[in-house]
Amino acid sequence: MRESIWLRRFLIFLAATFLFVMLIMPLILVVKEALAKGFEVYFKALTDEFALKALYLTVEATILAIALNTIFGLASAWLLTKFDFRGKTFLGSLIDLPFAISPVIAGLFFIMLFGRMSPLYPILQEYDVAIVFAIPGIILATVFVTFPFITRELVPVMESQGRSEEEAAATFGASGWTIFRRVTLPNIKWALGYGIILCSARAMGEFGAVSVVSGHIRGKTNTLPLHIEILYNEYNFTAAFAVASVLVMLAIFVLILRNVVEYYSKDIEREEVVEPSADLKVGVANG
Amino acid sequence: MFGKNDVIPGRRLTFGITLTFVSLFLFIPLCAFVLFASGMGIEKFWSAVTDWRNVHAYGVSFFCALVAGLINAMFGLVIAWVLVRYDFRGKKIMDALIDLPFALPTAVAGIALTTLYAQNGLLGQFFYSVGIESAFSPMGITIALVFVGIPFVARSVQPVLKDLDPQLEEAANLFGTGNWTIFSRIILPELVSPLLTGFALAFARGIGEYGSVVFIAGNMPYETEIAPLMIMTKLEQFDYQSAAAIAIVMMCLSLAILLGIHGWQSRQLKRIGGVVSA
Repeated sequence: MRESIWLRRFLIFLAATFLFVMLIMPLILVVKEALAKGFEVYFKALTDEFALKALYLTVEATILAIALNTIFGLASAWLLTKFDFRGKTFLGSLIDLPFAISPVIAGLFFIMLFGRMSPLYPILQEYDVAIVFAIPGIILATVFVTFPFITRELVPVMESQGRSEEEAAATFGASGWTIFRRVTLPNIKWALGYGIILCSARAMGEFGAVSVVSGHIRGKTNTLPLHIEILYNEYNFTAAFAVASVLVMLAIFVLILRNVVEYYSKDIEREEVVEPSADLKVGVANG
Repeated sequence: MFGKNDVIPGRRLTFGITLTFVSLFLFIPLCAFVLFASGMGIEKFWSAVTDWRNVHAYGVSFFCALVAGLINAMFGLVIAWVLVRYDFRGKKIMDALIDLPFALPTAVAGIALTTLYAQNGLLGQFFYSVGIESAFSPMGITIALVFVGIPFVARSVQPVLKDLDPQLEEAANLFGTGNWTIFSRIILPELVSPLLTGFALAFARGIGEYGSVVFIAGNMPYETEIAPLMIMTKLEQFDYQSAAAIAIVMMCLSLAILLGIHGWQSRQLKRIGGVVSA
């Protein structure tokens, strides 16, 4: 197909304009609004007591979500790719479930489980444990919405790698931990890194699910996105955009990191001798 | 279940960890929801589901997500096409930028888009001067959903377009076939499947999206209320039963979309006799 240079230019222009209007302009606007009243106001908004507390909670929830999801992601990917068992497809789709469920509904699940109408509620009351409208609820909701990320990244890579290397290592008597560390991990480290990046981006920005379970208690159960909402609804736009600019910087950092990871993982693939599974890899990547 | 012939160790351990996590974080919350919802009685359920304000909210969610999905299908195709086939300055940046909606918190996108498209906003002033309400209207909701859905179509079309067999195209070129015919008869049929996948993902995401939409929607009853917002409203009124009822309708809606697209695709694949990839 030989398109004329004008058609090419038009299509590139169309794509660039669309992305500029939809993606770049909002970013520029955040920075512009954040600095609208000068640097002093900007830094004051960032070092505000409630903003800092919200930042701590966001970081706490994100780190916990990453830790839990990494353990789960590695275990479930190992289970799904190294063994055969009945109900494997079902387990796979169950893990993907949070992708299909609105975050608001995810929050609702935890309200139903731990909230006032739950049979667990009297027990929790007795031991004075607060889950909903408290920090544990926020962490549970964050883990729920990021649940499939790491598994999803690992399974296709481990599937295409096959089982032969691990089987060979096991035949020679290597322990499970050694096989994982010396054989599997080097093959999946970039996919794992990418999964962790996706997971952390989503965890720090989650709004709907966290909004349902948090109860919006200022300085206690507010994450950064919820703090932005409160500031914005109070017409404190400069402060809202100042806090938002921090999340914009984190998002751009995530995008850069993502590309670095992708670059290095491609580098390694290029260095490797072409293996028979190369076709399969392309097929899986397309899926 | 616990195969004794495994060569690779770790079945019990990984099975245990996986099952514990799935139970704790997915299965038990899901069961709590189902238990609660099943205890509400069909009458209460039906009256909550058919409440006109709620029905209107599903309609707004469905319609805006549909339009946003279509817009994204169109531009996603153009973006994927440009990125795969052409070389130009800034291509790498464009490629990286597409994933921004995945990385940027939805609340940030929400307040930024609202400010941009409001009456005194940078872009909104043009729309309002010709009498189009670009914020606090269904159009505003659609704009937010377009933002959220940008990566889905582009990222599913891109790899397929990259791996397209050039031979057919070259042959058609030799016969002097026109560009449009080559595109519509040779290339487009191959792209229907990834286009639909991307569209379905963007559509399903749009129906459940909350964070980016609440700010720009204006949330006026019977006008710009979306289904997830209705759940929030019911929760704030401690009307947990109605919230659960709306959630069930939404889940059925997105399930129907995803299953419908999936069914259509597997039928197509069988017809072509293609290999189903993961």
